[in-house]
Amino acid sequence: MKIVVIIKQTPDTETAIRIAPSGGKIETSGIKWIINPYDEFAIEAALRLKQKHGGTITAISLGPQRAVEALRTALALGVDDAMLVEDPAMKGADYLQVTRVLAAAVKERNADLILMGSRAVDYDQGQRGVMLAERLGWPHLPLAVSLESDGSKATIERPIEGGKVTLEAPLPALITFGGSHAVWNPRYASPLGIVKARKKPVDVKKLADLGFDPADFGIEKSKIRITSMELPPPRKPGKIIDGGLDTAGKAKELARLLREEAGVI
Amino acid sequence: MAKNVCVITEFRNGEFRRVTNEVASEGRRIADALGTGLVAVSLGHGISGKAADLGRFGVDRVYVADDPGLEYYLAETFVPIIAELVTKIDAAAILLPASIDGKDLAARLSARLELALLQDVVETVVADGGKLQAKWPPYAGKCFAWAEWVEGEIPLLSIRPNVMPCRVVDEDREAEIERVDLAITAPRASVAKYELESSGKVELTEADIIVSGGRGMKSASNYTVIEELAGALGAAVGASRAAVDSGWRPHSDQVGQTGKVVNPNLYIAVGISGAIQHLAGMGTSKYIVAVNTDAEAPIFSKADYGIVEDLFSFVPAFAEEVRKLK
Ligand SMILES: Cc1cc2nc3c(=O)[nH]c(=O)nc-3n(C[C@H](O)[C@H](O)[C@H](O)COP(=O)(O)OP(=O)(O)OC[C@H]3O[C@@H](n4cnc5c(N)ncnc54)[C@H](O)[C@@H]3O)c2cc1C
Ligand SMILES: Nc1ncnc2c1ncn2[C@@H]1O[C@H](COP(=O)(O)O)[C@@H](O)[C@H]1O
Repeated sequence: MKIVVIIKQTPDTETAIRIAPSGGKIETSGIKWIINPYDEFAIEAALRLKQKHGGTITAISLGPQRAVEALRTALALGVDDAMLVEDPAMKGADYLQVTRVLAAAVKERNADLILMGSRAVDYDQGQRGVMLAERLGWPHLPLAVSLESDGSKATIERPIEGGKVTLEAPLPALITFGGSHAVWNPRYASPLGIVKARKKPVDVKKLADLGFDPADFGIEKSKIRITSMELPPPRKPGKIIDGGLDTAGKAKELARLLREEAGVI
Repeated sequence: MAKNVCVITEFRNGEFRRVTNEVASEGRRIADALGTGLVAVSLGHGISGKAADLGRFGVDRVYVADDPGLEYYLAETFVPIIAELVTKIDAAAILLPASIDGKDLAARLSARLELALLQDVVETVVADGGKLQAKWPPYAGKCFAWAEWVEGEIPLLSIRPNVMPCRVVDEDREAEIERVDLAITAPRASVAKYELESSGKVELTEADIIVSGGRGMKSASNYTVIEELAGALGAAVGASRAAVDSGWRPHSDQVGQTGKVVNPNLYIAVGISGAIQHLAGMGTSKYIVAVNTDAEAPIFSKADYGIVEDLFSFVPAFAEEVRKLK
């Protein structure tokens, strides 16, 4: 089975976001970059599938040069080879462009299964996986919290309101991963894995290598553009309910404030 | 046909979901600013008798596809029907609910129709010249960003539940109905099994009130304290990652940057310290209450009302006060 995992490098979830002086983006100096946690779940699912049934795993990332670190981490975890699509022409590209490029990149690998996070913890848009499935004309199984595949079909479980549903699709199929750390418990790279990763291949491609004209990409060709970013307005200072009250008194006072002052209960 | 703003509805268990009314209300506002009509596209089962009600929120006409095969959203059946309809309608903008299914449908439409999409929109502005601008919260709400569709593009956007008001323009107004001839595509992705544990559980992202418990709860069984308060308030129950990682709560209860991003009127954080990943997921709640023994816990910096008390004595006392109010 040929598995492709698509990963994105995102700021660490610990990052306190600051807005860059130029306005339309975040300040990236000093940021620690990680693999998007939901993509880590996809890598974990791929590794488990390979352990059980064999096959190969390729990790693909679209992003600037630094994204090669995310791919190295994936290789250290047990992924076999990697592809980085890096082209300065992609700056400011919208998801229509991004998924066009990803579709071309995965076609180079003849995958049976594409695994990726349901969303990236940067723009939180949850668009890429669904759009990629649509572009490839493949079935898509969303928000997986488990994955099984015998090489002819894929089966996932996905939570729904008040329960869960088991979904199936014939291969080739694209799976996007949801759940949480508690569900996937993604592994850490071992020291041996890190050493081995250094020898594994990372294929760096430009848009032209995938048959594209770079002039068709980038902010000028985007149908939507980010115009500004702002921090949330500071919350007005709250109050600690004390006033020498005992537990029951504080409970009564909180109920009163929520009803009379806030009007929310 | 004259241009129309188009809203795509979500229908479940015989009712339009509330977010549909929110989306229709926002659609009406945009349509008025652009000087267009407002149409809705409604797919589901048992929709025919309800669709005219959308007129209350200012919808002029509803395209209805009512069929048992449309009871549940499946991308492969819904997308071809909706893609064809919105093309025929000559939409000026397309709005959907940013529910789980709505976001999936939106991304499918984006790729199929080559329309740029923005998910999870919390505010829109029609600028001079009719350009639509929309705001959404990246980084799970650590910041906000505004985006603008390029001139001549049809904006496609999903609207975050619980943010936009429902505006009834006229209680008695009925929308015109137009029935759609159906050709349902057999999906390749299929449902092998449904397992419902509890029905009527309030979805966290659409709840008005959430009571969340963290590591301070100390055990799974102690959540009865939280559930009792939630019961008294009619609230949904959430959790921090620490509580989920400990196996005390299902992962679908996790609130935060790698869980649900929520926006209730009232969020009560019980035994939760307020790590940056947790604050990201609930920081835009209208009112925040924190109950924590540690007066220095970061959650208090976000709380409108803070209680420095042991949760095991305070929460039951507070639940009792809430019951007295009802
Ligand atoms: C990649 C990544 C993603 C993450 N995503 C999320 C996420 O989505 N959501 C999330 O929540 N976290 C997330 N985290 C984890 C986050 O960093 C914190 O570890 C977590 O939120 C802590 O949970 P907590 O507040 O329940 O526990 P703690 O930080 O241990 O806080 C427990 C609090 O309970 C109080 N307490 C204890 N006993 C009592 C009592 N009897 N009465 C009253 N108060 C009491 C304590 O004073 C303390 O403040 C993520 C971390 C990483 C690395
Ligand atoms: N140098 C680059 N090479 C390849 N992809 C990139 C590059 N820079 C940004 N991208 C991607 O293009 C999209 C838009 O990026 P940005 O300019 O950061 O908004 C994102 O998906 C990025 O990951």
